[in-house]
Amino acid sequence: MTIGLNPPRLEAGDKATGRARYVDDIELPGMLYAALVTSPHAHARIIGCRVDAARAMPGVKAIVTGDDLKGPRSGGIIKDESMVARGRVRYVGEIVAAVAAVDRETASRAAEAIEVAYEPLPAALSIDQALAAGAPILHEDYASYVKTVPGGGHDNTAFDSSVEEGDVERALRECDVIVESTWETQAQHHLYLETNGCVADVDAAGRITLHATCQSVHHIQQRVAEELGEPTARVRVLATRVGGGFGGKHASNIHSIAAWLARAARRPVKLVLSRTQDFEIQRSRHPARIWIKTGARRDGTIVARDVRVILDGGAYADESPAVLAFALLMSRGPYRIPNARARGQVVYTNKLRAGSFRGFGNPQASFAGESQIDELAAKLGMDPVEIRLKNAMRPNDTAFGGEAVRSCVLTECLTRVRDAQGQAPPLKPRSGRKRGVGYAVMSHVSGLMGTAASVSLLSDGSVALATGCVDIGQGSDTILVQICADALKLPIERVSYAPQDTDSSPYNWKTAGSRSTYMTGRAVAVATTEVREKMLEHAGEMMECGVADLELRPGGAIGIKGVPKTVSFKEIAMRSLYRAGGPIAAHHGFVFDGPGFDPKRAAINRLAFANLGVYTFGAHCVEVDVDEATGAVEVRRAWCAHDAGRAINPVSCEGQIQGGFVQGIGYALTEAMQWNDEGWLTTVTLADYKVPGILDTPPEIHAIVLEDPDPSHPVGAKGIGEPSLVGAAPAIANAIHNATGARARTLPMTPERVLDALDAR
Amino acid sequence: MTSKLPMTLNVNGEPHDLIAATTATLLDVLRSSLELTGTKRGCNHGVCGACTVLLDGKLARSCLTLAVDVGERPVTTVEGISGNEAFSPVQQALIDAGAIQCGFCTPGFVIALSELFAREPHAGREQIRAALSGNLCRCSGYVKIIEAAESLAGAAP
Repeated sequence: MTIGLNPPRLEAGDKATGRARYVDDIELPGMLYAALVTSPHAHARIIGCRVDAARAMPGVKAIVTGDDLKGPRSGGIIKDESMVARGRVRYVGEIVAAVAAVDRETASRAAEAIEVAYEPLPAALSIDQALAAGAPILHEDYASYVKTVPGGGHDNTAFDSSVEEGDVERALRECDVIVESTWETQAQHHLYLETNGCVADVDAAGRITLHATCQSVHHIQQRVAEELGEPTARVRVLATRVGGGFGGKHASNIHSIAAWLARAARRPVKLVLSRTQDFEIQRSRHPARIWIKTGARRDGTIVARDVRVILDGGAYADESPAVLAFALLMSRGPYRIPNARARGQVVYTNKLRAGSFRGFGNPQASFAGESQIDELAAKLGMDPVEIRLKNAMRPNDTAFGGEAVRSCVLTECLTRVRDAQGQAPPLKPRSGRKRGVGYAVMSHVSGLMGTAASVSLLSDGSVALATGCVDIGQGSDTILVQICADALKLPIERVSYAPQDTDSSPYNWKTAGSRSTYMTGRAVAVATTEVREKMLEHAGEMMECGVADLELRPGGAIGIKGVPKTVSFKEIAMRSLYRAGGPIAAHHGFVFDGPGFDPKRAAINRLAFANLGVYTFGAHCVEVDVDEATGAVEVRRAWCAHDAGRAINPVSCEGQIQGGFVQGIGYALTEAMQWNDEGWLTTVTLADYKVPGILDTPPEIHAIVLEDPDPSHPVGAKGIGEPSLVGAAPAIANAIHNATGARARTLPMTPERVLDALDAR
Repeated sequence: MTSKLPMTLNVNGEPHDLIAATTATLLDVLRSSLELTGTKRGCNHGVCGACTVLLDGKLARSCLTLAVDVGERPVTTVEGISGNEAFSPVQQALIDAGAIQCGFCTPGFVIALSELFAREPHAGREQIRAALSGNLCRCSGYVKIIEAAESLAGAAP
């Protein structure tokens, strides 16, 4: 009834008229403003921090430095970080102290008045420098850090892990054709249009309330409580509207600072980053070096793949171990390859931490792997689509690492984009440009961790839905309401969706892992069904008949099958509230329940996951024009087919596909965070860091949404948030090669690099 | 301390008396003094377009415009673009096309498209793309924004 329709987003009107409240729109009475003191050194010992002059300035209300922190270190999988640096700084921009004052100007003058004395240390600014003999060691206390997954770290290696199936060495010896190459990828910034930030408040009893732009209120609550040494119940987090996330607002690092200052000053504190600060102190996608060797038989059957991945994790591990594990698991590609091995490590360097970012290691692995499939096809004299179809995973196959795959429409995705491109009227050739067509396929997952939903029947028969799922722009508010309304045959106007608040929202891990529609959607469907069952019981009692004889009627009523008589949801609600049974509500929570990996093997290989999720598949086809004189690449048209399982809101699915693909164009062609030899980030404004504008993107990005319902979801849906970014870079690289014969193996494929690749033909 | 000046700004058809620092931008004043928070600060550098307003009917980056320089020129923000209606045609078209995702860039796109259709009621795809080339969107890939704009070509802004 509402699934498969395209109602406008619930909050679209607020966003179109400027009513939607983002974090920087929040002003509280008596609010202070925070300013940060950051490190000018890539690596240095902190000798001392003098705050007397700043503290004496009129209007300064609170200061925090590393000397104030007594608790253990915090962070993601490896607890190697603290909210402000303690004892040592490990990247330029690392927060050393923070000030709260009555206005921004006073806060920033006070921050300048804080004197920090440093003893500079040699820095390791790249994978090679960090792994060199005699390299400066970033984390000398690594062994003492708490780790939620045992890590195998040593020297500057933060984590290593591996996955292996079959006998790769032997299989490679028996191959007819082998290709082998190394790829390098860059640090990409999320560039959500709204910079990160929060507003912290505190009550007379010292309980903290945080308003945050974020991907999980529950994650921030946990992290802030941990860093402030408070019981979790004494930290409340509310989500504001979120101006984009893409993984960059996935893990917390600045919230505790605002909370600490608010607690110390006993006043609200706003900490909203400037664009430059956001570049310098948030997160990036991991730069990677990936070596792959793939072997096939003469007939195109791929029999072996060997992979080595080195991720540049920056100064702190954050989500790196999980990103590494996922990169390894995706590195086989969505192919049946009986002998596959992937080994990898994350390396500490004196740069900004790398963290989660749409694709989570898959864009790096797929750029390398899918580029290599084209190289293999060329060597075999095969068509790039044919070799992919020949080796593609099929339903009920097993993913790399051992997870079971059920629904799989990979071959359909690929043939759909091939046929759509083939049937499209050709674009006119342009003088001085070479045209090429490129393909890439990908798999991804949708799942992970815990989530929950609660559904309550209101007095007039309308319904209140609450989950902890934060809509970061992808449309989950609307989609979850559609799932709930559909199960009750109600129009969506009669279902409310609660803003996320840790005091009242059911737990949700994060808006991440393409999981909201799949995971939280499942919870919503089950909780709504429970409410429906309870209403049916009431209706049976009210109409004196068995539940089996009843049916839901559209618009909020239950009737006896074959008989016009009904009772309305309102009558049922009133009965429950005033006469019998009590308020009708249901809560359903679960943890991703797929079969997962062999736990012993996962532990030995340090996979950082017990299970991942259901697998999703997609294929991209792009047409590019390459100017061989300048090296400039223009994406002219694209066809992107993705498996949504079941499209709850097809327009939102298309929006995710088109938007992810364009973020992938930026990754492929223009976006790169760059550091100078002193470790200073030089791309700190939108004038230096080039994200695609409308003229950099093709007007034709054809989103093709395939629907093969997944049996594990009550309505069959799977997530599509991430995969659309994954295929863009390899498809573009393959199209450049198709046009010119030049193979670019380093991202972004700037004109200079394309010219180099042209010269190397 | 920076010096401050009294001024009267004509915003969304109403005069507003206020006192602002000589260094304050129009964006600062709109958001802080006038509590018109629909205009967004995306980069504070004149690149992203989220802070776009109409100044005397023309597009202006409010983050690069000093409040003291505005003078008597009328300012229109996203809050004033629909007059007495719930939504202007541009806003309605963006909503209907599913062109709004995170929404942070949306006020800037609303203003840019309103300016375009006031000037060129029958704007075609290339004019639309050119008119939006100063606004960044990180969510949509621009496709549905263009579809929304094309649905309006011919309609009054």
